[in-house]
Amino acid sequence: MAESICRALRDGALEGEHAPALTIKDSIDAPLGFDVFAHVLAQLSSHILAGKSQSRGLVLVAFTRSPSFYVDLLKERGLEVNSSRKWIQILDCYSDPHGWKDRIMGQGKVDDATKEASGVSRLCKDVKDMDKLCSLAIELGKGLLGEGKGRFSFALDSVNEMLRYASVHSVARVLSDLRSHDLASCVFWLLHSDLLEDKVAAVFDYMSSMVASLESAIRASNGLRISLENLSLTEQNFRRAKFSIRFKRRNGRVRLMSEEVSIERSGITFSSVSTDGGTMGGSLLPKVQFNLQLSEKEQMDRAKVVLPFEHQGNGEPIEIYDGRRSLADKNNEAAGTMQMKDSSKVCLHCWCCYRITDVASNYSNGGIS
Amino acid sequence: MDNLLDRALGLDGRGDRWPLLGKVVLVEDCVETGGAFVVHHIIKRFLSPQPAAASNHSLILVAFSQPLSHYDRVLRKLGCNLVAQRDHDRFLFFDMLNLRFPDRDDVKTGSSVLVSLFEKIYNAVRALSAEKNCITIVIDDIALMEVVANGSSDSVLDFLHYCRTLTSEFDCSVVALNHGDIYSTTEKPMLMLNLEYLSNILVRAEPLATGSAVDVHGQLMVFNKGEHDGQGTPGSKVHNFHFRVKENSVDFFYPGGRG
Repeated sequence: MAESICRALRDGALEGEHAPALTIKDSIDAPLGFDVFAHVLAQLSSHILAGKSQSRGLVLVAFTRSPSFYVDLLKERGLEVNSSRKWIQILDCYSDPHGWKDRIMGQGKVDDATKEASGVSRLCKDVKDMDKLCSLAIELGKGLLGEGKGRFSFALDSVNEMLRYASVHSVARVLSDLRSHDLASCVFWLLHSDLLEDKVAAVFDYMSSMVASLESAIRASNGLRISLENLSLTEQNFRRAKFSIRFKRRNGRVRLMSEEVSIERSGITFSSVSTDGGTMGGSLLPKVQFNLQLSEKEQMDRAKVVLPFEHQGNGEPIEIYDGRRSLADKNNEAAGTMQMKDSSKVCLHCWCCYRITDVASNYSNGGIS
Repeated sequence: MDNLLDRALGLDGRGDRWPLLGKVVLVEDCVETGGAFVVHHIIKRFLSPQPAAASNHSLILVAFSQPLSHYDRVLRKLGCNLVAQRDHDRFLFFDMLNLRFPDRDDVKTGSSVLVSLFEKIYNAVRALSAEKNCITIVIDDIALMEVVANGSSDSVLDFLHYCRTLTSEFDCSVVALNHGDIYSTTEKPMLMLNLEYLSNILVRAEPLATGSAVDVHGQLMVFNKGEHDGQGTPGSKVHNFHFRVKENSVDFFYPGGRG
């Protein structure tokens, strides 16, 4: 399923359509959103470098990590940022987002980046100006294309930070402008859903053609924050999560898929949803084509069935159905019915709690009063 | 000698490098169970005289809640002389208690206080870093910082973001104390959540589920993101243990076992 996302971003925009847009959502209970973002970033970068994607370059708008961090991250995955062909630019909204360091240094050089990162990054010192930020991002993208034709992609590592600096309308306008730009191939962004109101999160869901949500297998008792109640399960939540993807097609139909994401030594892995209810916390029923669960009506009807030789024990006369006649017929034949008081119980399966002589005498007398 | 808290924070290694470099540590506490002792413990470990590599350790303490004399008294009992460290330029104290608050009730003015505070910290870090020092910034506490910022949590988050950039630019560590129960009535405690997202290590001090006790003063949960498990698999590790604060030290022990 994650591969479907990466393929969609790789294939890019269709003629006359807006670029595909991906929202990656997580929360404090399932904080693997950045791992997924990094995976998608690396996959798309790999396709770009191999020349297999529609996009010829990538503009990364970095709010929560430094450019050096991303350079090292891509390097670990075998992706060289300073190759002969310029393919990535990082708009650095992390190092000095409000120009504080710029004022301190007195227009001196603010350099949070390594030499390697400084070659592919550009500092943004006023992130509150969303229009300027958008223009800078597009300008960087055009710079990647140079004189040639083609398209480029955008990646934003935190919509939440953008929302701290600007209104929902401004941020939504930026994302919409990026997505609808003629040269945009695809756009993807990360947001923490628990830092937003539901209606705000819905705004970005509407703008996306794909929404990838991360949910924890085990929910914390206080709903939002790490819980002390179940430490081992809390720990599990930070290595594994349920990964649900909603694809919105052009014709309006929505396709839903889900799988399990986990952080292993080799990196992030995606697999089919586990049937092990103990770890995923979901239903314990196996995945089959037919429904094994009973509806409420079926459960009520089942409760009403009087089983043969069943102990009723509620003080009322016990009626035992021997399987040969209906209950209505049996009621009319008082002589053939064994009745006993609540204090004298019999188990006709095994005779374990009644004397044989008593049973024999009861039969001959036609019942016990 | 290492204890459970050292182990949970990754301070039980024998290397020369301070394990918390480049990390943000958030300590959350509440009225019933104070977490200041965790901050004191980290200060003491950072400034403790051994190993020899620690001689280039410098600590910046931004104090909104207590005067220097308080920290000096507490740390002396733990075996650390802050005045002597200050005389050797290994300890810088920013006294925010005596800060003259602006007369106007203005968010913008409150924000400018934090901007000028960051300027002082930035200049100090740059100067210390030039001498190849290992630097830790301690903030006590965030709730009072929000008061200084006239209630602007955005200003506080901006300030903490800039402090966080110092962890990547100068390889500093940042330790901050915050009071969780201040935000307990809000449905979505945004500032708390933002801080938890920001931090690499979260230390939460809570009372025991069974209530107060004479010999157990509370429990700690240490959530260390990015800590590897025994097999080297990256992920996060959660530690939980009890503690008892004594006159000159703190005992840490697993539930049911006294230290």
